[in-house]
Amino acid sequence: MYQYDQYDHLIVRERIAQYRDQVQRRLSGELTEEEFLPLRLQNGLYMQRHAYMLRIAVPYGLLSSKQMRMFAHIARKYDRGYGHFTTRQNIQFNWIELEQTPDILADLASVEMHAIQTSGNCIRNVTSDEFAGVAADEIIDPRPYAEVLRQWSTFHPEFIALPRKFKVAINGALEDRAAIAIHDIGLTVVKNEAGEIGFKVMVGGGMGRTPIIGTTIREFLPREHLLTYTEAIMRVYNQYGRRDNKYKARIKILLKAIGAEEFARQVEEEWADLKGTEETLTLEEMERVIAYFQPHPYETLEAIDPRAGHEDNKAFANWLGRNVKPHKQAGYAAVILSLKKTGVPPGDATAEQMDFMADLADRYSFGELRVTHEQNIVLADVKQSQLFDLWKEIKAHGLATPNIGLLTDIICCPGGDFCSLANAKSIPISAAIAERFDHLDFLHDIGDIELNISGCINACGHHHVGNIGVLGVDKDGSEWYQVSIGGAQGNATAIGKIIGPSFSAHQMPEVIDRLLRVYLRERTPDEKFVDTVQRIGIAPFKEHVYATPINEPGRLVGEDEYA
Amino acid sequence: MPDQNTIQRIIKGNQIVADDWTVLRLEEGQEPATVEVAAGKVIVPLKVWQAQKEALAARPEIGVWLQSDERPEELKGELDKFSVVAVNFPKFTDGRGYSIAYNLRMRLGYTGELRAIGDVLRDQLFQMKRTGFDAYAPRPDRSIEDALKGLTVFSETYQASVDDKLPLFRRHARTAGAREHNDIGSGI
Repeated sequence: MYQYDQYDHLIVRERIAQYRDQVQRRLSGELTEEEFLPLRLQNGLYMQRHAYMLRIAVPYGLLSSKQMRMFAHIARKYDRGYGHFTTRQNIQFNWIELEQTPDILADLASVEMHAIQTSGNCIRNVTSDEFAGVAADEIIDPRPYAEVLRQWSTFHPEFIALPRKFKVAINGALEDRAAIAIHDIGLTVVKNEAGEIGFKVMVGGGMGRTPIIGTTIREFLPREHLLTYTEAIMRVYNQYGRRDNKYKARIKILLKAIGAEEFARQVEEEWADLKGTEETLTLEEMERVIAYFQPHPYETLEAIDPRAGHEDNKAFANWLGRNVKPHKQAGYAAVILSLKKTGVPPGDATAEQMDFMADLADRYSFGELRVTHEQNIVLADVKQSQLFDLWKEIKAHGLATPNIGLLTDIICCPGGDFCSLANAKSIPISAAIAERFDHLDFLHDIGDIELNISGCINACGHHHVGNIGVLGVDKDGSEWYQVSIGGAQGNATAIGKIIGPSFSAHQMPEVIDRLLRVYLRERTPDEKFVDTVQRIGIAPFKEHVYATPINEPGRLVGEDEYA
Repeated sequence: MPDQNTIQRIIKGNQIVADDWTVLRLEEGQEPATVEVAAGKVIVPLKVWQAQKEALAARPEIGVWLQSDERPEELKGELDKFSVVAVNFPKFTDGRGYSIAYNLRMRLGYTGELRAIGDVLRDQLFQMKRTGFDAYAPRPDRSIEDALKGLTVFSETYQASVDDKLPLFRRHARTAGAREHNDIGSGI
């Protein structure tokens, strides 16, 4: 993975000094809260419902064991013993004291981490495929380019006060695991016929109150032009993006207003002056960064069947089937540690679990971990021969729930329990659904399905692209939940369709149950939930869900436990 | 000696200096074509410049300022007529002024004084300097001495901008990856 050189260290050190001074000026009253707000947001510090929340950047989701241990340390020393991994591959801590944030940054800097631009109206942490570098379907490892973009966007002087936040995702495989179509810029690493590396450039995707799938504005951008072309996009957006209405300020609205062709034309015009300038990447610089992402020193192994010797162990087989993914190197596998155990908010990990995962990384996976945008953790380089031992260990720590890609692998934002933007709680909904369907055979029978829950229209829980999407809404001061189906992420990204009037929290598990019943009734062999929805439309689902009233008594599981 | 408090001060380059320019801002009811531009050194709004070009161009020292939603290209071919071009930041969170400055310097070749006016606060000065400003009129309710500190926050930057056309990777030889590899670039 990338390692800081003297310049990276210097910039992060100077950042801490700058930020420490800003905090001092805020505390002394020299800076008003209004003035401090964009400064702290550019450092990932939000004022939440109960306390400050600090969001720390995990560039493209890649972590060393040392960095993971630092999270455990921060959780213990400055927070309440746990942290929350997010859909943007970051981690957030929910109970932070303002006065302590400079010290936290200093702790982070000691392991080459920071919280720069994890929030605010600037270019955010670049996200990528959690299987980058090991996926069998990968064309090019996207991480060096994500790192090049990270450096370029860090404190970019011109793009620090954009109309709105700006998110970039980059994918290097045939299958899109970085959700590029729902980002402001979505890049796909490609090779052209001459074997040259470049990018397919998608712009203007996003969720929130106006969900839009990104449009390709360039089929092939030679890689040396990555920075200048991105700069051209940013300059057009910075000048022409709407600033009168924050809900219409994202680049997707600009693209829609002037049309993708006109937008692309303006970008090309801007780029004509930038193309070939000194910001053009040199081969030397690309190779320097690529050198940090060379494959690990894998042993030469034969591929084996990890089930061998454990044929009767159904639990192990389930876990292998769901949580273990193929690896491009024979004899190795990528393992997903599930942070979706029933009763735990999706994406949450305790300090003890973080230390344990760091330890696992050292012993099983070259000391590296990755954060997924589904809020799980990946050990990307595990020997197949060690899978059984690993499974036994993680089972004891609640990280072996064999539910990756299943109904209970829920993407869920922190919702009204924490977030001051939320209109409704989301964690208790997720908990109630997980509790209701805490039956593995049933879950495995349902198969691949994505259930995404957001507590508000900002869509941090990616509800628009969930096969089942749940959106918390406020109606006359009480919390209701709107349900959509048919959304999908990845290569066939689709925005879900709302099935009808919203439901109360207590009704939600039954709503999900009714949706699943229609699927089980209508599906053809091997058909996924989302494919059934695509084939038969939403009408049969809608009809069944609303056919009879839903009376769900009782309080929701976990309602107060995580508040 | 005039009273210190009555002398308007700005930051120019890296120093605090006295400044005798006046910024004309149109009040409600005032029209660009008919507003009276006082004698002396005045920085007028773009629209006033455009409406009274003939008279203003004849003056020995005149400046023009752009609002954040105005286009610097409108001054194409005229930039040598101004002693000062200013860019207004109506709000410190409005970042359009940085791109305007970039375009004035890089695309339109403006080489004279480029001044940031309006809601200009200490924590913006570093990026203003990078995007081509060389003069700053910090908000008058704040200490200009403190604002000066905003210019020297970072001693290194990653990306190119107006202040330095070379990005970090062209300015310095950066050390390669910690691990030794003989196959750098293979498979890419």
